[in-house]
Amino acid sequence: MTKTQNNRAWFLVLPVLVLVAMNAIIPLMTVVNYSLQETFGDNLFFWSGTDNYVAVLHSPRFHAALLRQFAFTFIILLIEVPLGVAIALAMPRAGVWSSVCLVLMALPLLIPWNVVGAMWNIFALPDIGLLGWGLNALGINFNYTNQPVSAWFTIVLMDVWHWTSLVVLLAFAGLRSIDEAYYRAAKIDGASRWAVFRYIQLPKMRQVLIIAILLRFIDSFMIYTEPFVLTGGGPGNATTLLSIDLVKAALGEFNLGIAAAMSIIYFLMTLFVCWLFYTLMTQGKEDAA
Amino acid sequence: MAEITLDHIRHAYGPAKSRDDYALKELNHVWSDGGAYALLGPSGCGKTTLLNIISGLLTPSEGRILFGGKDVTGLPPEARNIAQVFQFPVVYDTMSVAENLAFPLKNRGVPAAEIKARVARVLDMLRLTAIADKKAAGLTADNKQKISLGRGMVRDDVAAILFDEPLTVIDPHLKWELRAGLKRLHREFGHTMVYVTHDQTEALTFADKVVVMYAGEVVQVGTPEELFLTPTHTFVGYFIGSPGMNVLPVTLEGTTARVGGEEVALPAAFAAPAGARVELGVRPEFVTLGAEGLAFTTTRVDDVGREKIVHGTIAGRDVAAILPEGAEVPAEPRARFRLDRINLYADDWRLAPATKEPAA
Repeated sequence: MTKTQNNRAWFLVLPVLVLVAMNAIIPLMTVVNYSLQETFGDNLFFWSGTDNYVAVLHSPRFHAALLRQFAFTFIILLIEVPLGVAIALAMPRAGVWSSVCLVLMALPLLIPWNVVGAMWNIFALPDIGLLGWGLNALGINFNYTNQPVSAWFTIVLMDVWHWTSLVVLLAFAGLRSIDEAYYRAAKIDGASRWAVFRYIQLPKMRQVLIIAILLRFIDSFMIYTEPFVLTGGGPGNATTLLSIDLVKAALGEFNLGIAAAMSIIYFLMTLFVCWLFYTLMTQGKEDAA
Repeated sequence: MAEITLDHIRHAYGPAKSRDDYALKELNHVWSDGGAYALLGPSGCGKTTLLNIISGLLTPSEGRILFGGKDVTGLPPEARNIAQVFQFPVVYDTMSVAENLAFPLKNRGVPAAEIKARVARVLDMLRLTAIADKKAAGLTADNKQKISLGRGMVRDDVAAILFDEPLTVIDPHLKWELRAGLKRLHREFGHTMVYVTHDQTEALTFADKVVVMYAGEVVQVGTPEELFLTPTHTFVGYFIGSPGMNVLPVTLEGTTARVGGEEVALPAAFAAPAGARVELGVRPEFVTLGAEGLAFTTTRVDDVGREKIVHGTIAGRDVAAILPEGAEVPAEPRARFRLDRINLYADDWRLAPATKEPAA
């Protein structure tokens, strides 16, 4: 058979190219475009160079939102990763109960994000919500609508409830991939439960845990819907995380240039962290090879 | 180190109503201290079941197992003082080679100075000293298997070292070397070793005694020579050797056997139980082709280098003969069997000669 050269085959890639252009490249470039200009409405734009970036990077409001964002992501990672691993370790490894656990664990992941926000909004209400009412009945002064600590407690708890399952499922998959021979060998070697975890389970879960941390980092760093529905960023600015601040600037104050510059900075930060994780993961593989 | 006694062991995975329900049929053996035993058989013959019973992963449905006279039937693997090398290498990835070897000792609270000394000795024994500080994760499969073995050898309380098809993932050219190393370690240190495999070469080169299993039953325990010369079951004849033993259905008449219409002289008189299926077994090594004997129809000749394997039929049954390299295959060959290498079988089990007198 002779091979025929047919460059028209490239046209087959065209639909994908159009799709990616429409929903990724064009919007991104629009944002870059906005971030370099000043607008006063009426579709009037003036070139302003890097002014917007300088303004954002020097803005105390941005610093505060960024700090809150990092604090939030750090806290939920600190809770969700160890908790997820612990639950995965405690789950039965085979049989009917294993399937039951997996289904139960997957449930929170299936609930739409705004519904999660609405659920916790009601659940934590101090007067009619079970959680809010219960805490107050225990003598704890809890009201997420006017106390920053209560609000933070609620959004962290909500995120842990919503997303720990993801870590559980990934960690469980990692555990399942460990051959039974490892556990037998460890038994024969007289290893303690802790040694089994430290020297067999943890090293074997390393790759999936990095993926779990990466996913939870990105998702929590971009979190919007749930806190928006739950607290709307309040009380005051107490739970105004980066994306909420961004939407306030763009749609609340119609400060397109500033919001666009914020978006780009936000995007670059996320990209940097992804790159960091990617490097970590690929290096880990080279070590193992 | 210890003697292993298998006292009327039987095992069924489910409820056992008939003999066929047992994955492992009754077994009653004593394996001597310091022996090298190979459990040989095809997949599903029960050799892994037996190994798991010895290691303690399975408790037999019936019978007792004793290590050095001590009943360990109910004890879990960790309480039995055994070491095991698995089919796939098990190493602790994050530890170095030396740390891997030290691990079982650390877990047992052995003093640091003694750990160091013993690890150094085992590293030397296994020729791993040069890579002692390397991470175990990056090693080749054969070195990983050596580490698995080493974790058993550092302990001084090991009753037996069990091998579960340990060379499955090793490159063919390294298999010989590892097996030779294993043999050397066995000679020098005298651990009781039990080696499970479906590869006859591995079993025959490794073991002093080969335990051949077939359909949940131990059909023969013997030295490689015994398995070769006097297989007690047609399966042993067929499974050991390449090609396996020729088996021909015969009818017995005192010191002769009838194959088809022709007669074969037997070394002695044999008597088979009435109604039994009687067969004659002779290895291809002891079949000669010449001008006299049974009519032999050649179907194929394989030249395998230092010898020729002639495939053919006698009275419609497949028979193989091994001829030295350079020997000619006659145009109309007739086959003779070496008299003292003929075995007779009734319902697959070897018959003992009725009289010791060899036929004239």
